[in-house]
Parts: sequence; structure tokens; C-alpha cells
Amino acid sequence: MRLDPEPLPRRDWLGLASLWSAASALAFGFIGAMRLPKAAVVAAPSKALKLTLPESLPAGEAFVPPGRAMAVFRDGEGVYAISTICTHLGCVVKPNAEGFECPCHGSRFDHAGGVVKGPAPRALPWLQVRLANGEVHIDEGKTVPSGTKAKQA
Amino acid sequence: MSPSTEQRPPLAEFWDNLRAAPRRILDTAFRGGSPSTDRTRSTFVFGNVFLHLHSARVHRWTLRWTATAGLGIATTAAFLITLVTGVLLMFYYKPYPDVAYQSIKDIHFVVPTGRFMRNIHRWAANVMVVTVILHMARAFYTAAYRKPREFNWVIGMGLLAVTLGLSFTGYLLPWDQLAYWAITIGANIAQSPREVTDALEITEWFDPGGFQRALLLGSEVVGEEALIRFYLLHVMILPLVLVGLMSIHFWRIRKDGGLARPVDADQRLEPEPGVYPVFTQAPEKTYQLAAVVEGRTPAVGRGPENTVPSMPHLFYAELGVLMLTTLICVALSIVSDAPLKELANPSVPENPAKAPWYFLGLQELVAFSAFMGGIGIPTIVLAGLGLIPYLDRESEGTGLWFGGPGGWPLVKRALVVGFGASILVEAFVIRYGWIREWFPSVGQLVVTVLNPGTLLTLIYGAYSVWLVKRYRSTRAGALGLFTCFLCGFLVLTVVGTYFRGPNWDFYWSPSQWPRH
Ligand code: HEM
Ligand code: FES
Repeated sequence: MRLDPEPLPRRDWLGLASLWSAASALAFGFIGAMRLPKAAVVAAPSKALKLTLPESLPAGEAFVPPGRAMAVFRDGEGVYAISTICTHLGCVVKPNAEGFECPCHGSRFDHAGGVVKGPAPRALPWLQVRLANGEVHIDEGKTVPSGTKAKQA
Repeated sequence: MSPSTEQRPPLAEFWDNLRAAPRRILDTAFRGGSPSTDRTRSTFVFGNVFLHLHSARVHRWTLRWTATAGLGIATTAAFLITLVTGVLLMFYYKPYPDVAYQSIKDIHFVVPTGRFMRNIHRWAANVMVVTVILHMARAFYTAAYRKPREFNWVIGMGLLAVTLGLSFTGYLLPWDQLAYWAITIGANIAQSPREVTDALEITEWFDPGGFQRALLLGSEVVGEEALIRFYLLHVMILPLVLVGLMSIHFWRIRKDGGLARPVDADQRLEPEPGVYPVFTQAPEKTYQLAAVVEGRTPAVGRGPENTVPSMPHLFYAELGVLMLTTLICVALSIVSDAPLKELANPSVPENPAKAPWYFLGLQELVAFSAFMGGIGIPTIVLAGLGLIPYLDRESEGTGLWFGGPGGWPLVKRALVVGFGASILVEAFVIRYGWIREWFPSVGQLVVTVLNPGTLLTLIYGAYSVWLVKRYRSTRAGALGLFTCFLCGFLVLTVVGTYFRGPNWDFYWSPSQWPRH
């Protein structure tokens, strides 16, 4: 029986090399695969929007642009837009006499979007509004502090 | 004189072979020959890659109807039915927004037998969810998760999760209003850790919620990317994972020495019926294998073995369950069509927007705190379930219904506690509302921590800790807790399904819903 350590046999070296190359290939492959599900450019509908409010819109009455999840208002202080995407789980809230109501789990919001009832954790965000040549420009991607109303320059 | 040297017509041998071919093809397909004797019945099982997931012989205890109620096999059967009908549906289904809806409409109204296939697929999926839950309850109440079956219970939890995942991903595919809003809510539940990170104001640096949602939807909205992801998960990834886990599940049953049964199962069994010879003597075996095979081999050193060949006893029983499950799915499909609402409309939610029924209990909790109801409590429940076999290291009552200290009387009392607590909490909330309505300015974290869901969990938890002390047994606590959670699940699901209407308001019946 030999007592001195054997030199690493060729076959073992091959075994170790294949083991480690397989392990690192898996690791790199996994990192790559984890990057794959998130595209560098995410396809999403445009967030900017131009509209003209109807002349007859009463002060404080909601105007909902077709196909958009927002409500636009005009009153003596200016024009403002409130997102109608519920801060709870993303249903679209409906403007009503007291403010907004959510059909999904019953959240209620006041006229300024503040939470009155239900599971919604935050107030409805206000959206950035700019006025130019009688048109209203709204960017759904940008929020502004509640109470920010755009005035005709 | 040997036959080969005999003078025969030139084509005789070829002719003989041709005639013998069908029988020989059969013989070679079933390597051991036809399963008519004890030995060939064993070879029949382990000569076949699929059947060999079973053991060649099965204990008579296991074959009793009350041992399993056939629920695991019924789940497997329902899965096979969804597999076959699902592949057929794939011929026509097109995973692209709006087109998907039209293709489902085609399947429903134009394709011959299409509606029938769709109905069966939908019903079998529902049956599978029911049976998998009942099967888990069976394994729990017979204490079948104990050594050496702990890990198979954990595999089972994986199977439960994948089964629910399959149902959920399938729910989106029709791209109708029901689907669209259920998935919107689902994706936002995935994002709900933000409820906590927002309250702590750390979302900017640490946003697991946003990551999960992005991973699921592949976009900021529920659109084409989300649909193709759900489709891929539904027809490819999850079924493969399920089949893989199922193979391990079955294989381990075999390696764990068959299904759990009481130590004195042999004494408890009536004398063998005599339909077929049963091993009643310790067989003549060489036990060299015992050195390799781990654990208590059932045959060593014990008297009557009481096993019968799996072919035909087990297989015919399994076939029977398969046929019964098929019958139920077909019957349901004939009397009730799978639903299809209007085309998905991202600017008008379905009101009420309801998830599939088995998630309505969670939706009821989500209506207080998205994070607690959608992620927190399910995680607690899953972790608790997974830990059961590692905390309950007792042996009393294995293989018996409601086995263990306390037994059926304990379960009866736990039923009262479980139903009582959940009904009281729900009634209180429906009548008086919850924190936000009393103090609108209260911080979100307070509601996240303190809501009907956590309250119920706390009551149930306290009750089961008391049971552990009272009976000096973890099994007693587990019996109480499992029963309570089952009751809570039932009550919340029923409330969510039947008593919630538009705006998630409470109604005694859908006939009182306001028309709009
Ligand atoms: C797709 C889902 C599942 C399938 C197809 C399945 C299938 C099966 C089958 C066919 C059996 C044999 C006994 C019987 O028929 O009842 C079994 C046993 C078992 N299953 Fe499952 N199962 C599933 C999910 C689960 C779940 C969710 C759990 C628990 C968390 C679980 C835990 C067990 C345990 C512990 C056993 C051994 C029972 C014993 O030894 O008596 N399984 N399963
Ligand atoms: S999504 Fe509005 S209350 Fe749940």
C-alpha cells in the first residue's frame, strides 16, 4: 500500500475540469436567463395625451378621456387631472358624487383623491397638466403633488 | 432428425413468422408475457417504465376505500384529462390579445366538439383543485406525512402550488373581462410588497414587488407580453414541472414502502377475502438487499405480509377512479358551459371583478390589505404546512383517520372554533367596517399588521398552542390548526363567492345586486 499521496491522475483532472466547467456554465447561463425576462425597452402604450375640454364641462365635474384611466377637471383655480388607477390593486375607479369609488374591493376616495374607505393604501396620484393654445397636455407618467392645478397663462 | 433439415415448401417459414407476428409483437411489448401468474404479474409491473412507478405488490390496507378515498389518483386523473383536452385546444387557440378572445369564441361556437373540449378542460381543472385540497387533507388527517414520508409531503406542497399556478395562468388565456381583471389584480398582488416598502419609504432602493410584477407581465400593463408569458407558463413550464414533481411523488411512495398504515394494520384487517392468493407467510427471500435498502423493509422479521399483486388489484382500482373522474367531468361539461364574458376592456373593470373561486377567500382578505392577504398570510400558511412533518415527530395514530392524541373529538371542537371565529370576524367586519373607516388617517402599516386576516391567524394560532399544551402533543396542535384553517378557507371562500357583489359590498344574494 502506498502512503505518499499520488499525483493527481489525468483522469481526475479531466473530471474536475468537466465538473467546474459545467457548474460555471450553469451559473452564467442562469444569470443570463435572469436578465432575459426584462426587456431593455418595454413595450407600453404612449403616456402623453392632448385633449380639449368641452366648453360646457361644469366646475368640478369629471371628464374621462375615452380609453384612458384618468379624470380631468376644471374649476375656478385651473385644470387638473387625477389618475383613476386604484392604488390598491389597479382596478379603474369611477368618479361619483362624493369623489371616486373602486368596483374591485370597495375603496372610496374624496374629490381630491384622498382615501376615505377601504384597502387602498395611498391617495390617487395627480398627473402633470400643462395648458397650451387652449389644449390640455397630460403626462400619465409624471405625477405632481395633490392640489397642483394648471392655470391659463 | 431436426426440423430445420426437414424438407418444407420454400415460403413456409416466412408464412409461419408472418402469422405469428401479431402475437410476438405483443409478447415483446410486455416483456414478461401475459400477466397471469404471480411471477408474471410482478414482471408485468417492473418491466414497464410507467407501471414501475408502482411497487409490484401492494398491501391490502392500502386498497381499502377508506385508506385514500382514491383522491391522489383522482387528482392524477383530472390532470391527465386536462392534458389531453388542453393539447386539443392548442390546435385553435392563438395567444395574442383580442385574437385570443376570437379563437376561444371559435372553439366555443364553430369548432366541432370544441365547446365540449373546452368545458371538459375547464371542469377537470376545477375538479383537480378540489381533489388536490381533499387529498392533502386526507394525507394530513391520516398522519401520513410522518417519517419516512416527510419530504413527500413537501413535494406535495410543490404540487399544490403548481396546480394553483396552472389554474391561475389558464384563467387569463380567454382574454375576456373576467380574465383581464383577475390577472390585473393578480399581478398587482405580486407587486404588493410595495405596500410595506412604500410605507417604509425604501421602494426606491429595494423593490421586490415591482420586480415580481415586471417578471410576470413583461411590461407595465397587462398586454401581449403578459399573455404570451402566461401562455408559456400554462402550456409548457408548469405542466413539465408538475409531471416532474408527480414522478418524484409517486416514486417516493414506492421507496417509502407503500402508503402509510398503522403498525398493527395486519391485525386490524379482516381475514383475506380469498379472491386471490395473498402472501400470508414471511416469504423465502434473501435479505442481502436489506444491507443496501434503507429503513424498515416491511417484510423483514414480520409475519403475514398481507400484500396482493398490483396487477390487477391496484391497477383496476386506479382505472376505476380514472373512469369515475372522467364521468364526473363529462357530466359537468354537459350541464354547464365554461364562462366567456365580453372582450377584455382595460378601461372598465368587471364589477364585481372576481378571481377564480379558490382564490376568493384570499380576495376577501386582500380587500383589507393587499400584502397581508395576497402574500403574507399565504406564505405563513404554506410555511406552516411545510413544517408540520418536521414538528410532529410522534408516532401515535399514523395511518388512521384523525389519528393521534385528541382524535375525532378534538377535530370536532376545532371545527366549532374554526367556523365560529371566522364567521364572527367576517360578521363584525361586514357590520362595522375596519380601521380605515373609523380612523381614515391611520398609517398603512397599522392596517397591514392589524386586519381580519392576521386577527384570524392569531386566534387560530393561539388555540393550537393551547392544544399543544393541553394534550402535550404537537400532533394535537396540528390537528386543531389544520382544521381551523380549512374552516377559515371555506368561510372566506363562500363569502367571497356568494355574498360579495358590486364594489365588493355585502349582499345576501346576487338578486339584490343593483342593476347598472
Ligand atoms: C397534483 C397534485 C398531487 C397528485 C397528483 C398526488 C398524487 C398522489 C397519489 C396518487 C398518492 C397515492 C395515494 C393516494 O391516492 O391518495 C399520493 C400520496 C401522498 N401525497 Fe399526494 N398528490 C398531489 C398533491 C399532494 C399534496 C398537495 C400533498 C400535501 C401537501 C401530498 C402529500 C402526499 C403524501 C404525504 C402521500 C403519502 C400518503 C400515504 O403514505 O398515505 N400530495 N399522492
Ligand atoms: S383595486 Fe380598488 S379596491 Fe382593490
